[in-house]
Amino acid sequence: MRKLFAFVAVALLAACAGTPEMESKAGVEDRAATSAAGDRQAGSAVTPVAPNAGQQANPLKDPGSILSKRSIFYDYDKYDVKDEYKPLLQAHARYLAQNPGAKMLVQGNADERGSREYNIALGQKRADGVKKILQLMGVKESQVESVSLGEEKPRCAEATEECYSKNRRSDMLYGGEY
Amino acid sequence: MQVLFRAVLFLLALACANAQAQLSIEITGGGANQIPIGVLRFAGEQVLPQNISDIVEADLRRSGRFRMLFAGSVEPLPTELAQVNFADWKSRTADAMVIGSVVRLADGRFEASFRLLDVPKQTQIGGVAFTLTAQQVRTTAHRIADMVYEKLTGDRGVFSTRIAYVVKQGSRYELQIADADGIGSQTALASREPIISPAWSPDGTRIAYVSFENKKPVVYVHSLVSGRRQVAANFKGSNSAPAWSADGKQLAVVLSKDGGSQIYLIGPDGSNPRRITNSGSIDTEPFFTPDGKYIYFTSDRGGSPQIYRMSASGGEVARVTFDGGYNVSPRISNDGKTLVYIARDSGRFQLRSLDLATGQGQALTDGQRDESPSFAPNGKMILYATQTNNRGSLAAVSSDGRVKQRLSVQAADVREPAWGPFFNN
Repeated sequence: MRKLFAFVAVALLAACAGTPEMESKAGVEDRAATSAAGDRQAGSAVTPVAPNAGQQANPLKDPGSILSKRSIFYDYDKYDVKDEYKPLLQAHARYLAQNPGAKMLVQGNADERGSREYNIALGQKRADGVKKILQLMGVKESQVESVSLGEEKPRCAEATEECYSKNRRSDMLYGGEY
Repeated sequence: MQVLFRAVLFLLALACANAQAQLSIEITGGGANQIPIGVLRFAGEQVLPQNISDIVEADLRRSGRFRMLFAGSVEPLPTELAQVNFADWKSRTADAMVIGSVVRLADGRFEASFRLLDVPKQTQIGGVAFTLTAQQVRTTAHRIADMVYEKLTGDRGVFSTRIAYVVKQGSRYELQIADADGIGSQTALASREPIISPAWSPDGTRIAYVSFENKKPVVYVHSLVSGRRQVAANFKGSNSAPAWSADGKQLAVVLSKDGGSQIYLIGPDGSNPRRITNSGSIDTEPFFTPDGKYIYFTSDRGGSPQIYRMSASGGEVARVTFDGGYNVSPRISNDGKTLVYIARDSGRFQLRSLDLATGQGQALTDGQRDESPSFAPNGKMILYATQTNNRGSLAAVSSDGRVKQRLSVQAADVREPAWGPFFNN
């Protein structure tokens, strides 16, 4: 009885006080279905470095390098990548091809208008489009994961077209950056 | 030991209650054919921490289907048919009255009994006695209100049901559960990352939702009984839009693992995922019909987002909405007769309904940014997210569009409402 009591009390405490900050994954079961995410996490431990890193600045962080530019912006309800972003994608495709250990996460985003779930699908379409172009440029499928944050991560919070246009975007992140 | 055990459980349960962030409800508009009713104070109810009659009256008023008559101070309070001054209530055009009484029992609990009276006929048409503790006042009152509502309208009451919604405060997101009147909210999950799309299991014991805590959308199933949760879908790409099958044995989810957002069926424990749409377009927001036969969903396969229907195992697809360039978020009433969805009209996002038998459509709201509709389990109200003063808030509208309620939490952004099932389903 005493044991049961203690167990239930702890379970209840966990149930309420425990509505935990979810930065830690403690207490959350990972199932077989999550192996893809496992891969991603393993990938995120790989820090992509240029051959003689240490002597050279990381081109991904160098503001003078096109590789430091990471965002592609879209028209309302559209997911096609405009021609002006092709050189940017070309540069990232080259980098990924030259650094086969590097991994990229493409996060698609939408502005806040409309259904949250439809906006996840729209952001996914945007991120998938970026991934597809990178693949056509020679990047291995396994190096890029495309996901959507829908309208949940706006860069700009006001209800203006100027703001909305900043939120309709795909962001390219390399392993270690997310 | 047993008693101590119970006492501690109770204290722990109380500690969970979040008293600061109650939803407050404001009603606008009135229904047609409201039933005039008087709810008298229950004799002796002051022994309870809260008056049962106040809660019953507030419930009935909120439904929009009753015209509440001011009961005033009746002395002495009638507890039986013979003590009621019917002539007075008849002159006030009351159709029905609720009277009742509360007494303390020897074991410290209470007995509350109520009688529902037909005023024109001067007869009792309902009545029950409940044994309750001081902590069960609200539960008991909601059950009384449910019985009165059902007897007088013919529809099942939803006052004993619960709602789920997401509160954003700064950078903190909380999935909260509250009674249908917005009181007694408890936090089921708190996170620094967004939580969206809560969906109740048909038995009301679990909630599926999408959390971004892993920097991408992942579907979880959360037990409200144990407070534990498990991953239902965390595949490569995005995982979102969970919907429960009528028997609670399957979820429809949207996965992008095979390219594009497509609909899959999966066990609530993540088992046996199988794809049921095959388009190069967006297919999302699945919703099972209550008979389990069909899934309604949103797709842009025709060039713009519209609502479609298919068999619950996939296969042939029929388009359901045709007017306008943006129709999303389909939900079906429990009787399977009505579809509600969000339509964009001249840049405004509004709730619309469609009678599936007659094809008759109706605009239910006239807001700017309405989203995420959710039927009450009796199909008479629809809860949805809207914006007030640039902040997310919740609102409800009757299925005929006549009665509107606004639910708001002070100093917080509230969104993603989901109305839970009947209590004893």
